[in-house]
Amino acid sequence: MADTGLSRNTNTAGPMEVRFRGGGFAPKSRRWVGVLVFVVLIALIQWGTESGWISALTLPKPTDVLATFGELWQSGLLFKHLQPSLTRLAVGAAIGASAGIAIGILIGLFSYVRAGLVPLVAAIFPIPKIALLPLFVIWFGIDEGSKYALIAFGTFTPTVVATYGAVDNVDRSLIRMGQSFGLSWLSIVRKIVLPGAMPGILSGLRISLAIAIILLVAAEMLGAEYGIGAYILEAGALYDLERLFAGVVILSLLGVIVSASIGMIERRVLGWRT
Amino acid sequence: MDIRLESVSHHYGETEVLRDISLDIPAGQIVCLVGPSGCGKSTLLRFIGGLERPSSGRVLQLGEAPEGCLNPLTFVFQDFALLPWRSVCGNVSLVLEDHGIRGNRAKAIIEDVLTRTKLSDFADALPKQLSGGMKQRVAIARALAVNPAVMLMDEPLSALDSQTRELLMDDLVSLWNRQPFTAVYVTHNLAEAVRLGHTIVVLSRRPGKIREIVTIDTPIEDRRPGDPVCQRKHDLLWDLMREEARAADEELIDG
Repeated sequence: MADTGLSRNTNTAGPMEVRFRGGGFAPKSRRWVGVLVFVVLIALIQWGTESGWISALTLPKPTDVLATFGELWQSGLLFKHLQPSLTRLAVGAAIGASAGIAIGILIGLFSYVRAGLVPLVAAIFPIPKIALLPLFVIWFGIDEGSKYALIAFGTFTPTVVATYGAVDNVDRSLIRMGQSFGLSWLSIVRKIVLPGAMPGILSGLRISLAIAIILLVAAEMLGAEYGIGAYILEAGALYDLERLFAGVVILSLLGVIVSASIGMIERRVLGWRT
Repeated sequence: MDIRLESVSHHYGETEVLRDISLDIPAGQIVCLVGPSGCGKSTLLRFIGGLERPSSGRVLQLGEAPEGCLNPLTFVFQDFALLPWRSVCGNVSLVLEDHGIRGNRAKAIIEDVLTRTKLSDFADALPKQLSGGMKQRVAIARALAVNPAVMLMDEPLSALDSQTRELLMDDLVSLWNRQPFTAVYVTHNLAEAVRLGHTIVVLSRRPGKIREIVTIDTPIEDRRPGDPVCQRKHDLLWDLMREEARAADEELIDG
């Protein structure tokens, strides 16, 4: 038989170690790689702009961007721009996220609210909120009101969707347990549903807050003298690439900081997760 | 407090799950419900605990729940149902908080039930740190904390490995010896039934009907694995169930 012949052959080859084939597919923490990618990329751009194969019109020199950033810091303009932007971001995102979490929980808990609001949320989710900016200016004024509204509106819808999804995903057997011990409705919501929905709500916030930063620039398109968004838009209009990139870097840093702080909250609040 | 089932029947849509179940559960006894999978024994338990309503028939409580009983009908679930974000102590206190028991009174109760379930050293551990057997002991401690009149145990040992199961059965026996409690114990494991049950109710496959009620007179603290009386009862039950179990296994699951 062919089979036995084959096996006899391998037998004569002596013992062979079993080939390991279970590797991969298990993400590990490799922090320095991320930093390395940034460093290599920036070094490449620096070299390219200095040697001339990247023209000054395509990309600014990273060192020039850094210099611009230094000027911005020294002249005190940085905080003059940062302060109103952070206020807008904080107020807008706080309004949007808290309204979103509240509505999301109501949708998760009450069938009528769900039936009534889920289609509405689905209808306003895909609207590019920037398109509504002129409308918000009429409704809430050209001052801070329209900016808060734009950011709030933009963070609201993703937060709602994430929150009611999270409430839906709370382990039903835990709710049953609560009922079987005669816990009141409010206790079940407070002690079982809310903590159980927390992981989903926080990962929703990650997305919502990133959207809030995107919308910050849009919000400052109209009637803003100071603000990171205003600064970037002005630099863009003048084709001042150094300033444009300095502004963009600030936004990126803002995003990294927001994401890192949510990560910290997650580690604190969700330590119970396996 | 006794429990009486009066001709309980139930349908899920077109599917008839339970047919005309009448049963008395006397105080101070452990009644085991056994039957092939899908015979509706867990559903029956949820009727007794008021988590679901039967299509027809009634579940009655006879007599008042004893003094100091916070939650007369108390479940112990197969999947433990512990809140993963609360410590062992917090999981027990959860069921006391709603009765306004806090502070020192709660502490005394929690200490007592954790001692009875041998968990005192783990009061601050989170569920993710515990083994399956420990988790179920926490769930039992939580059930004891509300001083139940009837414990409704839904396959409490089925998610555990067989050694842990043996240990927990011993724990249950000693708990019952210290203070006899009433329990309805759903299981598909006949060894558990003959070990813990004063009365064993055999249900037929769907639609579930009572096929046989077997009583075991040996006091549960005297039952040992391999005990001839228990072994005979075990074989008798298995004879009753064998064909049903095979037929149930070959049924298609619809919906």
